[in-house]
Amino acid sequence: MTSITGSEAAHTVKDLAEAYDVIVIGAGPAGLSAATAVSSLGARTLLVDENQTPGGQIYRSILLAQTADHQRLGKDYWKGREIAETFLRSGSQYAPATTAWSIGPANDDGGQLIGYDVGVSAEGAARLIRARQVVLATGALERPFPIPGWTLPGVMTVGAAQIALKTSGLIPEGRVVIAGTGPLLYLLATQLIEAGATVAAVLDTTPRSNWLKALRHLPTFLTSPYIVKGLRLLRTVLRRTKVVRWVSALSAEGTGELNEVVWMAGGQEHRMPADLLLLHQGVVPNVNFSNAAGSKHVWDEAQLAFRSQVDEWYETSVPGIAIAGDGAGIRGAEAADLQGKLAGLGCASRLGLIGGEDREQRASSLKVQLTKVTRGREFLDALYQPCKAFRVPQNPETIVCRCEETSAAQIRASVSAGAIGPNQMKVFLRSGMGPCQGRLCGLTVTELIADERGVSPDTVGYYRLRFPIKPLRLRELASLPQSDAAKIAVLADLADTHRSKTN
Amino acid sequence: MSGGARTSAPHLRMTGMAVSRIHAEPDIVVVGGGLMGACLAWGLARQGLRVCVLDEGDIALRASRANFALIWVQGKGLGFPAYTAWTKAAAAAWPQLASDLKSDTGIDVGLDQPGGFTLCLSDRELQANVDALKRLHNQPGAVAHPYEVLDHGQTKAPLPSIGPDVSGAIYCPLDGHVNSLRLFRALHTAFKTGGIDYRADHVVDTIEPHAGGFVLKGAWGEIGAPKAVLAAGLGNVRLAPMVGLDAPMKPSRGQIIVTEKASPFLRYPIVTVRQTDEGGIMIGDSEEADSASLTIDHAISSVMADRAIRMFPLLADLNVVRTWSALRVMTLDGCPVYEQSQSHPGAFITMAHSGVTLAPQHAYDLAQAIAAGAMPDEIAVFGTRRFHVPACA
Amino acid sequence: MFRRAPDRIRDQVTFTFDEIPITASGGDTVAAALLAAGIRVCRTTPASGAPRGPYCMMGVCFECLVRIDGTGNRQGCLVPVQEGMKVETQKGSHVLSAEPAP
Repeated sequence: MTSITGSEAAHTVKDLAEAYDVIVIGAGPAGLSAATAVSSLGARTLLVDENQTPGGQIYRSILLAQTADHQRLGKDYWKGREIAETFLRSGSQYAPATTAWSIGPANDDGGQLIGYDVGVSAEGAARLIRARQVVLATGALERPFPIPGWTLPGVMTVGAAQIALKTSGLIPEGRVVIAGTGPLLYLLATQLIEAGATVAAVLDTTPRSNWLKALRHLPTFLTSPYIVKGLRLLRTVLRRTKVVRWVSALSAEGTGELNEVVWMAGGQEHRMPADLLLLHQGVVPNVNFSNAAGSKHVWDEAQLAFRSQVDEWYETSVPGIAIAGDGAGIRGAEAADLQGKLAGLGCASRLGLIGGEDREQRASSLKVQLTKVTRGREFLDALYQPCKAFRVPQNPETIVCRCEETSAAQIRASVSAGAIGPNQMKVFLRSGMGPCQGRLCGLTVTELIADERGVSPDTVGYYRLRFPIKPLRLRELASLPQSDAAKIAVLADLADTHRSKTN
Repeated sequence: MSGGARTSAPHLRMTGMAVSRIHAEPDIVVVGGGLMGACLAWGLARQGLRVCVLDEGDIALRASRANFALIWVQGKGLGFPAYTAWTKAAAAAWPQLASDLKSDTGIDVGLDQPGGFTLCLSDRELQANVDALKRLHNQPGAVAHPYEVLDHGQTKAPLPSIGPDVSGAIYCPLDGHVNSLRLFRALHTAFKTGGIDYRADHVVDTIEPHAGGFVLKGAWGEIGAPKAVLAAGLGNVRLAPMVGLDAPMKPSRGQIIVTEKASPFLRYPIVTVRQTDEGGIMIGDSEEADSASLTIDHAISSVMADRAIRMFPLLADLNVVRTWSALRVMTLDGCPVYEQSQSHPGAFITMAHSGVTLAPQHAYDLAQAIAAGAMPDEIAVFGTRRFHVPACA
Repeated sequence: MFRRAPDRIRDQVTFTFDEIPITASGGDTVAAALLAAGIRVCRTTPASGAPRGPYCMMGVCFECLVRIDGTGNRQGCLVPVQEGMKVETQKGSHVLSAEPAP
């Protein structure tokens, strides 16, 4: 056991207790801060992390980073180090390389809810761990960017390149094209350029009309922390590579692998040979866990994504399940850290560890800071809202569901055949039934159906997700505890003949 | 046939729904667009009727979406020989349904009827199954179905991947399975060619007699027709009494495990394990009478997964990608209910939990009977009178 | 397509991909190690046999599926490389070892 994971790290599910007061899922800033906050108030806490070391995506591999990385990745990234180190010093237990795959209500004999059974899996073994409260800190993922050819090897997300850089120090070489919109686009371009990558072009798909829409939020933005950072990034990129603005169409071409990037700008088609195309058009909440757990979701018209409905303590509509950080709506890493702390306070108060007044007192400065760090968000949301052509594929042959290889044309055709929502669409085309469980197609399918029907995405809704939200092996499922009632449900009066071999 | 005047239906336009045809005055309204309602609607249209289907929205209980896609004959009809006959007829009629849907839509529903197995993991299990089949074949008025009792070695020949725990099996050559997703898609696509007016997001709140027929109302407005069929599955309980009908159901919850796609290894359906033609494995099945909640009980998943692995050890490493829980449309004796209302003639109720197996019966015989307004004996026997007859000592 | 920053080469780890020996750095995930070695196709899809490779590197896209030490459909971006690991292209769906039924 190394100091990276702290002295409390659990390496197999056997190292975990039967029950905790709080289980936090996800080790980005929200999860780390929530776990730190609630355990410091006396809750027996477990943090489950799919990755090997804390940090989530934004602070990926932060504890393994060296000084050279500080230069390469910037000072915002470095902030994560303190959050992670504080977490490792807290009383929480840390379970790295452990996947959480389900949350189910646990009731007492009277049918009252007493907590949740969280399904976890590590090293090929699964267990159900009881928690009185759960905090989901499952963060965000890249908005799908369905363009013709996006499934070709050689096309990846900007986030992927950032992870490769942070975790393995990999620098893209050859002809690298970065395309899309959003603040992270220029951040990564800068990081890659500073690391020595030859970025052949940055294709900016931000629509011209967004500037006008964003203008009314400009005054707030100008006094926000983003403005200085943003300008600096932009300057670096403009100086060091070719930037093409107002790109209105984009596709990747090649036989079996990426060969060329094709785009439309200024009414003309342009082509560029490329070895690597990195796509990014913002991030959206990762809703799979909260959706499967039954939380009510709302369509956020500014961010064009679904997010969990939460109260001021980040509790969802499911009592005892909270969601904090980007998973509750995209606000960035600093906001996630503060939300995690607030969610931790909410948990602690629901557990009776602190009283209402104490909670308010502790929360007040956090809330002030939260308002400060999210200042300017509306401007960014408005400016970087991806235009419809990149959210609802114009080319009918574009693959929408990558897992099942379903095209935009097939989806539109199924709407007229009666698939008026994404769940009916699953039945028609299997879209959303593949291993990624709609993470890469859900929003596209919803918006395609909305477009075809002429209604809002809110009306159309989203896939109804089901556990396990990450796969586990059949043998792991078979090793979970088997009750007599379960044997009767499966075998009726032959229930006594069932003797499990795998327990 | 399909001449119903197109009306401007402002409520439909506002929701922007894609409807292929609007019947202002349908001959019959089918409440429910699941497998039961869809088969009936298709069949009724083939009988020459103008059909309107009122279906729920995208997120709804939809029992038939959680089906196991089996066309299953073995063991059916203990206590009710007419059900054995009905089920056998369904299995025999399936190729016709598949072929008609293919002509109508070009969609191949993947029908395969190679026979099916009930695999047993102990001698006692095997014996219990054999005994049940003997009782089935010895009951008064019994209708026989072919079957073979196999020991481990005899089971291994057609199913080389079985594990050592399999003590034996019951094989029935009439059993099979189908790709139920493509079946749904084919039926819905066929609505267009059949001129069926299919309306989603049209939950029916009330149905009342009106002008010699019925008027059905909901938040979306109302529609009238001389005939109406309640094929709303779990929703029938609420609607049935409005037209003098009975929907005698008992709670029945079931769970299914679905795995990732795997290379083809199992052509034959097993009653609790089948491989779809796309490669995913479905594992079932369970029944709970006391749970109305749809949350997954992992203890049940564990028992089912455990048994599946003992039946086919090579399944152990497959990734589970989904677990389903659903409420079945389970009548009091598990056999279908088909009935025309005596107090409100022209109103019908149809309920069955084996919506896949019985699909051809619903699409052909039952649709024909409903269109004619008279139930022949082999359908009338499924009326609710049977629940009122005092049990024999 | 990717090269390693010289200050980031840690202890060497050797594994094979479709029997080709590959040197990775300790701490790499299988997917990162493949990319570093210039390999960007790691599987073919069950639906059409189309070639795919790592896309998101964070465990949500399921494109980086590979067979590792005999177990298929493992997400390469979530598995750290180990010395002597046997990694193979995931060809189509999960292969079940027994013979197909008649």
